[in-house]
Amino acid sequence: MNGITLTLRALHHAERSLEKDLLGAAERHATEHEVHHVAKDLARWSREHAARLADTGGAYGLDLQEHGGRGPGALLSAVRERAAEALGHRPEPGLLLLHDLRELYLAASGVSLYWEMLAQAAQAAKDARLLEMASSCHPETLRQVRWANTHIKVLSPQILTGPL
Amino acid sequence: MEDSTDRIAAPWGVRTPYGPGTPWPARTDTHLADGVAPDAVERWVQTASILHSDGDAMDIAVRDGRIVGVRGRAADRVNRGRLGPKDLYGWQANGSRDRLVRPLVRDATGRLTECDWDTAMDRIVSRARGLLDERGPGSIGFYTSGQLFLEEYYTLAVMARAGIGTNHLDGNTRLCTSTAAEALKETFGCDGQPGSYEDVDHADVIALFGHNMPETQPVLWMRVLDRLAGPRPPRLLCVDPRRTVVARHAAVHLAPRPGTNVALLNALLHEIIRTDRVDRAFVAAHTVGFDELARRVEPCTPAWAAGICDVPAAAVEEAAELLGGAERLLSTVLQGVYQSHQATAAAVQVNNLHLLRGMLGRPGAGLLQMNGQPTAQNTRECGANGDLPGFRNWQNDAHVADLARVWNVTPETIPHYAPPTHALQMFRYAEQGSLRMLWISGTNPAVSLPELSRIRAVLGQERLFTVVQDLFLTETAQLADVVLPAATWGEKTGTFTNADRTVHLSEQAVRPPGEARADLDIFLDFAARMDFRDKDGGPLVTWHDPESAFEAWKRCSAGRPCDYTGLSYGLLRGGSGVQWPCTPDDAPGGTARLYTDGVPWAHPDVCESYGKDLVTGAAVEPVEYRSLNPEGKAVIKAAAYVPPHEDVTPDHPLWLTTGRTLYHFHTRTKTGRAPQLAAAAPDVWAELSPDEARAHGLGEGDLVDVVSPRGAVRARLRVTPMRDGVVFLPFHYGYWDDPGRAPDADGGPGRAANETTVTDWDPVSKQPLFKTSVARVRLVERSDGTPAPAPTTAGSEPAAPEGVPPTVGGPDARVTHTTGEEGR
Ligand code: SF4
Repeated sequence: MNGITLTLRALHHAERSLEKDLLGAAERHATEHEVHHVAKDLARWSREHAARLADTGGAYGLDLQEHGGRGPGALLSAVRERAAEALGHRPEPGLLLLHDLRELYLAASGVSLYWEMLAQAAQAAKDARLLEMASSCHPETLRQVRWANTHIKVLSPQILTGPL
Repeated sequence: MEDSTDRIAAPWGVRTPYGPGTPWPARTDTHLADGVAPDAVERWVQTASILHSDGDAMDIAVRDGRIVGVRGRAADRVNRGRLGPKDLYGWQANGSRDRLVRPLVRDATGRLTECDWDTAMDRIVSRARGLLDERGPGSIGFYTSGQLFLEEYYTLAVMARAGIGTNHLDGNTRLCTSTAAEALKETFGCDGQPGSYEDVDHADVIALFGHNMPETQPVLWMRVLDRLAGPRPPRLLCVDPRRTVVARHAAVHLAPRPGTNVALLNALLHEIIRTDRVDRAFVAAHTVGFDELARRVEPCTPAWAAGICDVPAAAVEEAAELLGGAERLLSTVLQGVYQSHQATAAAVQVNNLHLLRGMLGRPGAGLLQMNGQPTAQNTRECGANGDLPGFRNWQNDAHVADLARVWNVTPETIPHYAPPTHALQMFRYAEQGSLRMLWISGTNPAVSLPELSRIRAVLGQERLFTVVQDLFLTETAQLADVVLPAATWGEKTGTFTNADRTVHLSEQAVRPPGEARADLDIFLDFAARMDFRDKDGGPLVTWHDPESAFEAWKRCSAGRPCDYTGLSYGLLRGGSGVQWPCTPDDAPGGTARLYTDGVPWAHPDVCESYGKDLVTGAAVEPVEYRSLNPEGKAVIKAAAYVPPHEDVTPDHPLWLTTGRTLYHFHTRTKTGRAPQLAAAAPDVWAELSPDEARAHGLGEGDLVDVVSPRGAVRARLRVTPMRDGVVFLPFHYGYWDDPGRAPDADGGPGRAANETTVTDWDPVSKQPLFKTSVARVRLVERSDGTPAPAPTTAGSEPAAPEGVPPTVGGPDARVTHTTGEEGR
């Protein structure tokens, strides 16, 4: 295990957890329709990144296979969506949404920094395969960051200036 | 030559064939009330249509203070005298006995009761003042129409943005045209239709992407039909899951699976590049981003698209061949793209097609990102939708400062910390409780927005104060706290602008009924009562009638792309429509085509928008735009295909798509009250393909429920040639004319297509998706032999005509037409 494999492992973990966070936010905010739908689209990118990392990791002697099925998760998520719909017309979900978007922004920024580190290392090590992966995945991570940022910008004035 | 036609049975009338490069011959259509002879008409009053985005020029016939008919204006560049069925018969709704004639307020018992204007306006003003004090401007929102006049939108924009200071102002043009605007902004940095309707006269290939032109813009379709009937006709490409009238005339018809437009367009671009049909010189001189696009579409082969779109790869190749071989390509785009999944991303790919092929800025090389609503262009220009007035960029402080100068307010007065709030987000804020007053003018969201049970719940909330300003007690007005009776077309004066930037003057012909008032007068009254002030303490709104409002707007438009400074009521009166930009010095006669020489409005200092991410909708920051496009060229933006958010399941195995049809317009408020139009398409229906119907064991006229995860619609079935796996519902049949059909509390079936549609919108343009829901179809009752109430004349033509009587209008629907210039 060297720095590159460490980074691959950390990045794989971070992408998996970002995917989970995105899906979690989509479920919690089923009545914030744009967030709900687009967060699911964005989760797909993280899923694909994790799969590519797992694939590439193999070449570095890492076992980054997918863990756990999605069976019970799907059920839980259906329950959460219902609950979110029931709560969706109270004012508090606005604050919760901003909080979640902030967390997503930070999580995606963390992933982005790992990609940055990996790309730099790949260049230094002249590892074309890693570099190619980083340069095709990293832009999508940055788009995830900007997406969260845009929503925070749009929603904050309304949610934070009204009476609570 | 004068003759007459039943224009319900023959919606597009007789042909006047013409060849490429020659002017479209005139044909003057006239329809007068039964028993009114032409020489009994006392006055003809100049106007244009507001029942679709063509903006057909016409004259209103007046007798004894009443509207008694209409006649097309042969001199006009848009229609050359022709009128569509909605124009010919729709005016009768003005005289309906159920017009609102006095304001209504909700009384202590919860009933709407008549009152005078002072009472109604006081109630609105005191609520607005109270909310401003307690909760601030973000608690007040305005939702307007695509059918008011320019002067009214502009006044509303000034009042909302600088008077109230709210960011919440949008039009129902959000449902119809926001993707057109957004796609133009993404590519050209600015809104504004590049092409002209005259491009039909010159094109050798016309490609209609999700654009059912015969039904949505029948007069423009007459122009296409006349070209098809003449020498050297253009060849058509049709992209539509239904076998529409366009498809029947097309050289190539692609019927993709709903929600897959980006995949299809990427494959078409792939082929254009692979076969080297790219105008390299044009691309080098006028665009940035080509390499990225080429890389993105590299894997998007016709075979790849065939798998996603469920169209034959060979047909994709054939379509690409047609587009690639065109010398003068005209493309038009409408709701099949705009109301579908990845709306903006797909519309932008059509722009890319034109950039790649260098098909811009010359006769026949036209790009028409169409409008659905007739005065949609004005909501966009005036900032009564998600833009600042004059196509100013909310992210550009210099633009905001300039607008503040025009209005004589401080820049901080104008909310610009975020993009103007879009309609669906306003409803979300209302649902959440942060928006407490919603003023709805000239639109009917209780029928037109997705997922109606939700919309009814939002509008029905106790804490939300709703003002509705309309002609009739619509489904929405029935839920309002205050209802204001509005005057309409023919009863007030103003201007409006069609989809190809043509500005028309519409003059008052008759008095509005009862105490109904022009929308402009209502807004001016509100502004006066609220006492909105500029930064020097003078009145914020300095105008008092349509013409002075128009002059104020001209000052706001000066120097911007939609420059109106060369226009005046005097110039428009008596003449024909003029296309903006129109300036006294450079373009006194208007401008036929934009981008005849470069793409000036994309420059970072002047552009209306820095663009957005086509998948996530995230805003592009100014610095990023500057480095991407320092010289301000057209931006070629690639987009990856993303699968639709809702997909068919065993429980909901069909794609549900909805659409506008020939004889009805926006929630049927007017067209449902015009006897010939109402009789031609009296009730909602559902469409399935013959194979799909057979697989379900269903036949023509069977009563079915179309059930989605949101709700259900009960309708009779029309079996019609279209793609398998899809069910179609015409939208905007509501409940005012058949209250018994309203869905019951436990979610029983309704009549409005939007009971079923999903709350989801394009993240870029924020246009709701009405084309990609999923559904199942369930038999309720076999037909007794009665066919579906669907017209046989257009997209709902039956697959097996036996037993389905053809749609006719009868004697009341006869329209005279005169061909030749002497028409009028
Ligand atoms: S990413 Fe875009 S360009 Fe690439 S294969 Fe997918 S759809 Fe085609």
